[in-house]
Amino acid sequence: MSPRTAKPRLAAPRRVRLLIATRKGLWTLTGDATRRTWKLAGPAFLGHIVHHAVLDPRDGRTLLAAARTGHLGPTVFRSTDGGRTWKEAVKPPAFAPDSGRVVDHTFWLTPGHASQSGVWWAGTSPQGLFRSADGGATWEGVAGFNAHPMRKAWCGGDQDGTPDGPKLHSILVDPRDARHMYFSMSSGGTFESTDGGEDWHPLNQGVRADFQPNPDIEYGHDSHCVRFAGGNPDRLWQQNHCGLFRLDRPATRWTDIGVGMPKSVGYVGFPMVPHPHDPDTAWIFPMDGGSVWPRVSPGGKPAAYRTRDGGKTWKRQADGMPKSQAWWTVKRQAMTADTFPTVGVYFGTTSGEIWGTRDEGRTWRRLGGHLPHIYAVEVG
Amino acid sequence: MPSRSADRAATGRRVRVAIPTPLQSYTAGATSVTVTVGSDSPRLSDVLAALDAAYPGIRFRMVDEAGRVRPHVQVFVGGAIERDLAALLPPNTEVFIVGALSGG
Repeated sequence: MSPRTAKPRLAAPRRVRLLIATRKGLWTLTGDATRRTWKLAGPAFLGHIVHHAVLDPRDGRTLLAAARTGHLGPTVFRSTDGGRTWKEAVKPPAFAPDSGRVVDHTFWLTPGHASQSGVWWAGTSPQGLFRSADGGATWEGVAGFNAHPMRKAWCGGDQDGTPDGPKLHSILVDPRDARHMYFSMSSGGTFESTDGGEDWHPLNQGVRADFQPNPDIEYGHDSHCVRFAGGNPDRLWQQNHCGLFRLDRPATRWTDIGVGMPKSVGYVGFPMVPHPHDPDTAWIFPMDGGSVWPRVSPGGKPAAYRTRDGGKTWKRQADGMPKSQAWWTVKRQAMTADTFPTVGVYFGTTSGEIWGTRDEGRTWRRLGGHLPHIYAVEVG
Repeated sequence: MPSRSADRAATGRRVRVAIPTPLQSYTAGATSVTVTVGSDSPRLSDVLAALDAAYPGIRFRMVDEAGRVRPHVQVFVGGAIERDLAALLPPNTEVFIVGALSGG
């Protein structure tokens, strides 16, 4: 076979480990190479509210966990040995003292560009952007956003937004260019920087904001989760409060990809999970967004939906899940995929259950349960 | 557990600080510590600064970046709730840090 026609062969990892961040601590769930046998371990930080725990793919052993407790302020814990031991950040994310703003919790963690060893990014509630250059030991506010003259207009007040505080999330670093970044906010919408975070501009054309008096606004949207398509950082997937959208750069207008969803299910949800090897494939986990926004599986019948054509059509995938009376909520960080050749997809519920598929959604199995309220599930 | 001394200064006033369970990970389990502040008429902020010097990171968990005691932390000075970090410490008073009732 010539190099021009050879398809890359994807090696199956020897195992998959899920980092399960919950309202009461951090657990891991590790599956063997067959992904049939799983072992739960933990907790770390018992009693801490852990919003996100992420592995650094650049070294494969550094972990960061964003945590706080009911009484104490927010901090970040760091491990450089895969989670065996942890140290607290010397200087956790905090706003400038003269800003009058206070970080309630660090919500989102993103490792920096592959060329920038030790760089991490953090998003907070209320909306703030922070950067560490030393592997998460010390954090500095990114003035290009936190002190931007439009910041308050973009975000609204610190009390606006989601019920447990407005959030900056979905920090994306273009793998081809460390200076090209995106983040999204609930509320605020999606923003882009082309200079490493020194300046930002809104990127929300075509995204609905039905809750606004003028739904065709430039910013103030409620992005729930935004991800790069697998293998194509020119494509962004978005699960929004008001629907599903896709953006193919350099275009600046998002395409509505929620029209193919059944009306009885709708297009509201929190997570958006790209297939790591196929830019046309992604998964969502719809929630009931009607009436008073129950945010549970519509009709008590949980299901993932998968597109394989860039969002034109969606297929229901629920084989193995309860057929009725299962009122699950899956939060925006609580669904993820592994990198096996046949991809595994995993999600955690606010009722503490972990479910997964090892055949790209054809069949699902309960992998664990009896955990606290799950905020995030990441492969790490 | 016995009180531990975290004296750093050779002179100054010694203040005993009671540490609640959520913060005892910073004091290696000590339920109370003694810190030395440089001033003979210290303010609460001086005590917390000395505490943070001895146990790095502990202050930010109980006082936010705007200088306010966090909502679910209570600080007692001489038996009375004190949320003003500029408050002066009367002579021979102890500082009690308490995790206020909250949870779920």
